[in-house]
Amino acid sequence: MTAWEDARTPRSAKVTPSSPGPRLQKIWETGPGLKGWISSVDHKEIGKRYIVTAFVFLLLGGIESLVMRLQLSGPNRTLLSPEAYNQLFTMHGVSMIFLYASPVLSGFSNFLWPLLLGSRDMAFPRLNALSYWVYLAAGLFLYAGFVVGRGPDAGWFNYVPYAAREFNPGVNIDVYALGLILLGISTTVGAANFVVTFLRLRAPGMSIDRVPILTWGTLTASVANLLAVPSVSLAFFLLWLDRQFGFHVFDAADGQPLLWQHLFWMFGHPWVYAIVLPAMGMVSDGLPTFCRRPLVGYTPVALSTVATMALGFGVWVHHMFSTGLPDISLSFFSGASLIITIPSAVAVFAWTATIWLGRPVITTAFLFFASMIVLFVIGGVSGVMTGSAPVDWQLTDTYFVVAHLHYVLIGINVFPVVGGAYYWFPKFTGRMLSERLGRWNFWTMFLGFNLGFFPMHLLGLMGMPRRIYTYSAGMGWDTTNLVVTLGAFLFAAGVGLFLINVAVSLKRGRIAPENPWDAPTLEWATASPPPPYNFAVIPTVASRHPLWEHRLNESAGRSCLDEGLLLDHGRETLGTTPLDGEPSLILEMPGDTPAPAILALGLAVLFAGAPLKAWWLAGLGGVICAGALVLWFWPRRVHADEPEAAHG
Amino acid sequence: MAEVTYTGGPLPVAAKGRNSVGWLGVLCLIATEACLFAYLLFSYFYIAIQRGPGWSPEPNPSLAMAGPNTLILLASSVAAWWGEGGAKGGQRTRQLLGLSLAILLGAIFLIVQVFEWKAKTFRPTDGSYGSLYFTITGFHMAHVVVGLAMLIAVTGWSWLGLFQPRRHEPVSNVVVYWHFVDAVWLAVFATFYLAPHLMW
Repeated sequence: MTAWEDARTPRSAKVTPSSPGPRLQKIWETGPGLKGWISSVDHKEIGKRYIVTAFVFLLLGGIESLVMRLQLSGPNRTLLSPEAYNQLFTMHGVSMIFLYASPVLSGFSNFLWPLLLGSRDMAFPRLNALSYWVYLAAGLFLYAGFVVGRGPDAGWFNYVPYAAREFNPGVNIDVYALGLILLGISTTVGAANFVVTFLRLRAPGMSIDRVPILTWGTLTASVANLLAVPSVSLAFFLLWLDRQFGFHVFDAADGQPLLWQHLFWMFGHPWVYAIVLPAMGMVSDGLPTFCRRPLVGYTPVALSTVATMALGFGVWVHHMFSTGLPDISLSFFSGASLIITIPSAVAVFAWTATIWLGRPVITTAFLFFASMIVLFVIGGVSGVMTGSAPVDWQLTDTYFVVAHLHYVLIGINVFPVVGGAYYWFPKFTGRMLSERLGRWNFWTMFLGFNLGFFPMHLLGLMGMPRRIYTYSAGMGWDTTNLVVTLGAFLFAAGVGLFLINVAVSLKRGRIAPENPWDAPTLEWATASPPPPYNFAVIPTVASRHPLWEHRLNESAGRSCLDEGLLLDHGRETLGTTPLDGEPSLILEMPGDTPAPAILALGLAVLFAGAPLKAWWLAGLGGVICAGALVLWFWPRRVHADEPEAAHG
Repeated sequence: MAEVTYTGGPLPVAAKGRNSVGWLGVLCLIATEACLFAYLLFSYFYIAIQRGPGWSPEPNPSLAMAGPNTLILLASSVAAWWGEGGAKGGQRTRQLLGLSLAILLGAIFLIVQVFEWKAKTFRPTDGSYGSLYFTITGFHMAHVVVGLAMLIAVTGWSWLGLFQPRRHEPVSNVVVYWHFVDAVWLAVFATFYLAPHLMW
């Protein structure tokens, strides 16, 4: 037997309406009914599910914040008890940080990556489905605790000893601990999928200096997740052992409570970058389309994305400046926190230069992308301020920090995401969002956001601590708090307009052509919405902007989109080399299967048994998991029914 | 200008070894698990340094069982490597023999570890040293169990003849994970059994 026995020279073909589309449609189509829905491993389906689910959690987290703002709109309000307030601000943080900000970006990247990269799916389609189902299970798990009044209540960063059993005896913290470990599984398998897809599933010719910046952002975030998520999963697991089994790791008498903060922020700070870098990537790809020119400084932006993340692993202690650490440690981490502004600023200058040198077409998506630059600068400057240890001592645990983190997270995550929704909605659904309603949507959100969050800086400087459920009259905070509450409701109204726009446009929006914005990248080279197989033939890429080549002339060759490798012996796509994107193997992709959903169900049952200490239930979950894994990994007999296997 | 299309030769279908996506997937798994153990050992050293001498209830841990057991686990890795060579070369007997031997040695390691646990004079609830000792060695044992389950699965499938000679990619992926589990043990062993002899 020779090594080449199972090799094949892939056939090239020209795309016509009758070939190979209908044949590929049959091969790639998801089956009908509930079974098909549960079994689907199509990255576009999974991506859309991620986005919709993340938006549901965004709305829940938003409602929680509005209730809190009503409580804080004036002094001595009694709408909420202190206990209820604790659960609300904790669930608000958990929902926004863990159940919205990261999953929504996973949703965009899941939908877009194979389209951006010229592939037919992600590297591990079943893992992709697993990632979604486990995310859904973790979200429901955390909210199940909240609904029965046992939600996490020690803040999203859950410091011990508040979170230790002695001070927090209920099951609340256990729900949080186990829920986050479950979510960590979802994040980890999703991250591995992005890393391998980036390395091996790019179209031929797409060397790493030709990939869209969004893929750089998500790749960087994914590598960071692989390295950082174990830290928080471990911290929560150790906390659970401490609380329920009498271990002593975070115990002040014999362990070390501060270890919690280290483990949490060694994860937490890289995570902050993981939930903004892909969103920055969306701006880097979307903004140039509306500026009618390529992004200024592709290479510096790509490199600074990676550099920001690398430095991001060395700044966690700036969350701990007031814990009494030695001066040398404060100096080091303060220095690192100031240096990180350099790679962060590269993107800001690149976007500004792109607008400056381009001929901007003002659309709703453009407004969201461009306003993000402003919000990023405000959030960045307040970040530099708190990155300096002496200033931080004054400002820590005040509303200044609340203002900072909302400028960063809403500014660099929510604004790009809503902008991205306007930009890619035609690709998701085949219809355009209304631009008229879009303007109202943008200005309401933009004004509401700044009205709601900018005055928080002042409240913080005036000394209002964060996480208080009420305050007395005569502190000088009353009017400002009322303004903040009005701003929050205006912002919420803006989000409401977005949802109305989505609902109306889904039914009545203008039908979208393949490339409604005349954009340069590969996702716009296929139908809106794309067929299940994405591309009838695998495209060959000769530049960064395959659809703008006739104008830019930036490469010697031309990308080839309507003729290319056919790969139709079952679900197949092309594997290429990690750096240059040279064809190197034919990948046989798995078909639809319920195994990922069953495995997620097993994990959910396992994790439901644990806080209740119902070990029979946990055991049952384990058995379901084992069964799903056997179903998943059972070796497939393939190549039995090939129509035209050409052995070379 | 010329359009660029594919003009190369034949491509492997579902390639084996390092050219496969499964291999990279396992490397990602190993990377994230390696970080998990790094954070575990960080927690140990962090508290050890903060608490100083006198923290550990066993300043000179006995190597009587752990030492030979380490060699058994390493031998298991060698056996797995030898068996993997059989898979690559299409020698089915060598493949089955090597993998079975690896499973056997791994199981012995696990049993000796249970005796090692029983021989300890402290419990996880006695103090943070005990908590970390049993958590970290427990995490490692859990990984041994998972590694063994994976080895048993691929060995069973090899018995059933479900891997055609070229389709031994799962064998290589499981074996590299097994090597990782053994390498992690060396770090755990050095931390709990060797370092104390140097530290205090």
